[in-house]
Amino acid sequence: MNPQLKWKFVFILIVILLCIFGLVGLPDFPTSFAAVKQNLADRIKLGLDLKGGSHLVLQVQVEEAIGQRCDQAVDQLTKQIHEKNIIVGEIRRIDDTHILTRDVDPATSASFRDLVNSQFPDWTMAPAPGETSGYILAMKPSVVSELRKDTMDQALETISRRINALGLTEPTIAFTGRSDNEILVQLPGEGDPTRAKSVIQASGQLELRLVADEQTFPSEAAALAAHGGVLPPGTEILPGKAEGAAPGQSTSQVYYVLERAPIITGQDLRSENISPSTSYPGQYQVDFKLSTAAAARFGPFTSANIDHRMAIVLNHQVYSAPVIRGRIEDSGMIESFSQPAAQDLVLVLRAGALPASIKYLEERTVGPSLGADSIREGVRASIGSLVVVMIFLLIYYRLSGVNAVVALVLNLIILVAFMAYAGATLTLPGIAGVVLTIGMGVDSNVLVFERIREELRNGKAPASAVSLGFDRAFLTIIDTHVTTLVSATFLFLFGTGPVQGFAITLIIGLIANIFTSIYVSRAIFDYHLAHMERQAELSI
Amino acid sequence: MELFKGVNVDWMGKAKYFVSLSLILLAVGWIAIWRHGIHYGIDFRGGTLVYVRFSGPPPIDQIRKGLQSAGLANSSIQGISDISNRSSQNDVVIGLEQQGTGDESLDAGKQAILDVLHKIFGTADAAGKQDFNSITPSALAAYLTQKDPLNLGTTTGAGDRYTQLAQKLTDARDKDYGGIVTSFDQLKSVDGATQPVLNTLQSNFSLGNFTIRNVEIVGPKVGAQLRRQAILATLYALAGMLVYIAFRFEWVYGVAAVIAVFHDVLITLGFFSLFHYEISLTVIAALLTLVGYSMNDTIVIFDRVRENLRLMRRESLPEIVNRSINQTLSRTILTSGLTFLTVLVLFLMGGEVLRAFSFAMVVGVVVGTYSSFGIAAPIVVVWNKYRGQGAVSSAGSAAEKRVAAARR
Repeated sequence: MNPQLKWKFVFILIVILLCIFGLVGLPDFPTSFAAVKQNLADRIKLGLDLKGGSHLVLQVQVEEAIGQRCDQAVDQLTKQIHEKNIIVGEIRRIDDTHILTRDVDPATSASFRDLVNSQFPDWTMAPAPGETSGYILAMKPSVVSELRKDTMDQALETISRRINALGLTEPTIAFTGRSDNEILVQLPGEGDPTRAKSVIQASGQLELRLVADEQTFPSEAAALAAHGGVLPPGTEILPGKAEGAAPGQSTSQVYYVLERAPIITGQDLRSENISPSTSYPGQYQVDFKLSTAAAARFGPFTSANIDHRMAIVLNHQVYSAPVIRGRIEDSGMIESFSQPAAQDLVLVLRAGALPASIKYLEERTVGPSLGADSIREGVRASIGSLVVVMIFLLIYYRLSGVNAVVALVLNLIILVAFMAYAGATLTLPGIAGVVLTIGMGVDSNVLVFERIREELRNGKAPASAVSLGFDRAFLTIIDTHVTTLVSATFLFLFGTGPVQGFAITLIIGLIANIFTSIYVSRAIFDYHLAHMERQAELSI
Repeated sequence: MELFKGVNVDWMGKAKYFVSLSLILLAVGWIAIWRHGIHYGIDFRGGTLVYVRFSGPPPIDQIRKGLQSAGLANSSIQGISDISNRSSQNDVVIGLEQQGTGDESLDAGKQAILDVLHKIFGTADAAGKQDFNSITPSALAAYLTQKDPLNLGTTTGAGDRYTQLAQKLTDARDKDYGGIVTSFDQLKSVDGATQPVLNTLQSNFSLGNFTIRNVEIVGPKVGAQLRRQAILATLYALAGMLVYIAFRFEWVYGVAAVIAVFHDVLITLGFFSLFHYEISLTVIAALLTLVGYSMNDTIVIFDRVRENLRLMRRESLPEIVNRSINQTLSRTILTSGLTFLTVLVLFLMGGEVLRAFSFAMVVGVVVGTYSSFGIAAPIVVVWNKYRGQGAVSSAGSAAEKRVAAARR
């Protein structure tokens, strides 16, 4: 064998060994056949459609967080104007990022501008159109975009903590990348995402607030009417359950008028635990302890408000509104839940609150039995088509067909090994990509072989026919592969989940194919030619 | 063995028949689309899809009535016939169109469908037993740990043992019995499933006669977004290929190839409408693949035309194109034939999930092969004739031409 050819085979051998090692040799070198099988199963990462599991896409309502920031600014501005004796007719939020102040008294408008310029650096001020002495405050775009990003980061973090606390295996929590306010949650092996979904969606906001009006109202309109259409400053209306009915029982909705500012929020809690309820047998309560700083506020507050009602606001709903009977220092409890509900509440409280509420956009759940069927059918189809194609190649091209079969099998091994090395996930469309790679591999071999046959017909000797055949087919193979690669790349860049899985197998398969159908196949031909009788005919 | 030797067909002389055939196919496709519309899958339309397996033949009429009396009038129910998988005979897919504005909870539709099924089949029986066929491994593990049928007490590792046992039991259910167990005796063969374990299961669980295999819920905004994304990906892919071919050959070749590919996609879409297949994300992947395949065939012929233009200086372009198609014919038929076989196997054996995908490929491979000689090649010939220089031409990259010009 000439040295050049020898090195070719050494190189091919190294590639094959690397591939086999990548498939079965990691993470621990196998010592038994069972270990080989185990490694192989571990190395090929299966997508949710094959393994079973839940795929959720949710949207964070970022505008809420921006609107909240705006509300806070309105509250602060109102307070400071009051302190500085500036006279303003009206301060009102127009939308999520704009505040309108009307009828600023000309005598105090200078100090008003000073106040905004010095105390509200996140806002820009401009005269309001159509107003004699009004201003529009706009949140700076840089502040808005930073707030958006922070909100998304915080939401992702909170959701990750909650999912991890649920103890599910290998969850994926990431931005989807297709829109700037979407998060993707994948829960492998989870056949019923109901619980995970409610844990993710719980806002996790716990607040203790003073009830401003001892009465409850059957509707929001009734609550407003009782106050002559205008709520007392610093209060708002929130829905809740009617008092007196046992928790868990379905009751009519009532409305409370509450102070807007909470006394205690979830961030003030030091520890949360569940225990069996003392007053409702069979139910559970959540006990909590306050941090030292919060306790220092809470003690005086409760002793000052004895016989008033305090609302426990959970996820923007009044959960209950007990009457304060005495001074409370640093501990309390919330009654009463079923055991799983109490556990989930503690989990959510520990993981922290979401910065804005979320909405589900997409939910896909593949049951494990369907996943198992898909693997079986996909693998069977792949092997079936491979066998059909190989038999045909062997009949049609005889000995050279063996060459093509070797190239095809090697192509598959490289494809799967590459995916294992790259940590790519095999999905159901991915299996389709594998089948299509087989098709492209066949095409390359057929192109070369037909060209060699043509050259032989033109009277060329076997050696030069092979050489010419490969050279001429080379350009065509490159052109066809690059074109398909271009489209597969666009598919990968602009496609979503399953389509990307398809594109990645196709891309890897095409590259492997160029190697096997040109380099490897040529080397085998050259070896054969070198050992062939001079006058013998090429078996093609 | 050789099948196609010395073929000599005047392809360009028959171009007008090809064009007529294409026009007829396009017309049939467009009439189908006009009559039935394009069926978007739930990926693009938004909505709910629940895939249910029953232990026996599914009572489709009963379910349909149940859905209608629950007010789910715009629901659809469809049995599945899959010759490769006998157990899927008992599967049905229940679909529900997107309802309302999308402000209500996303999974309201799924809940409504499940309620109907539970009402008909009474899964949660009077004793309040849990359904073994729908329990998750973790829930089963928790249950077993609580009941402790092996009397492990609080020995260390008791929880782990029950977790493993639960996994084995659910694996047997999902992999050996297709997700639905009809008698607890079927679990006897499971490693660790001793009689006490089976007794515990028997007395605490019921065996529901259906199981949910797959749920897909897509919100309305996502549907529109995915649709836009798919169209964009296709257009970008086409533009990318046009640029590449224009760079390697000449722009008229690129245009011809893209027109041929467009023709393939349109005809395939027509067939989809005709046979009531739905366009899903995977079908878009299939359409793009067939775009790649069709391009492949076209490029192989164009490559040969380019080579022959250099060798055959005296022949006219139609003759050269004819010769090129004939020379590559054996390759074209072999490759397309084998690819056709491959996707046919996929179509017949690949299971329900890949059905629409492989249908697109089966149609696409045939149309794509035909369009390379029936549409793409004639466009190049006609264009050159129109420029009035039928004989002289003109493939070869711009770079090659510059070299030729420099030599002069």
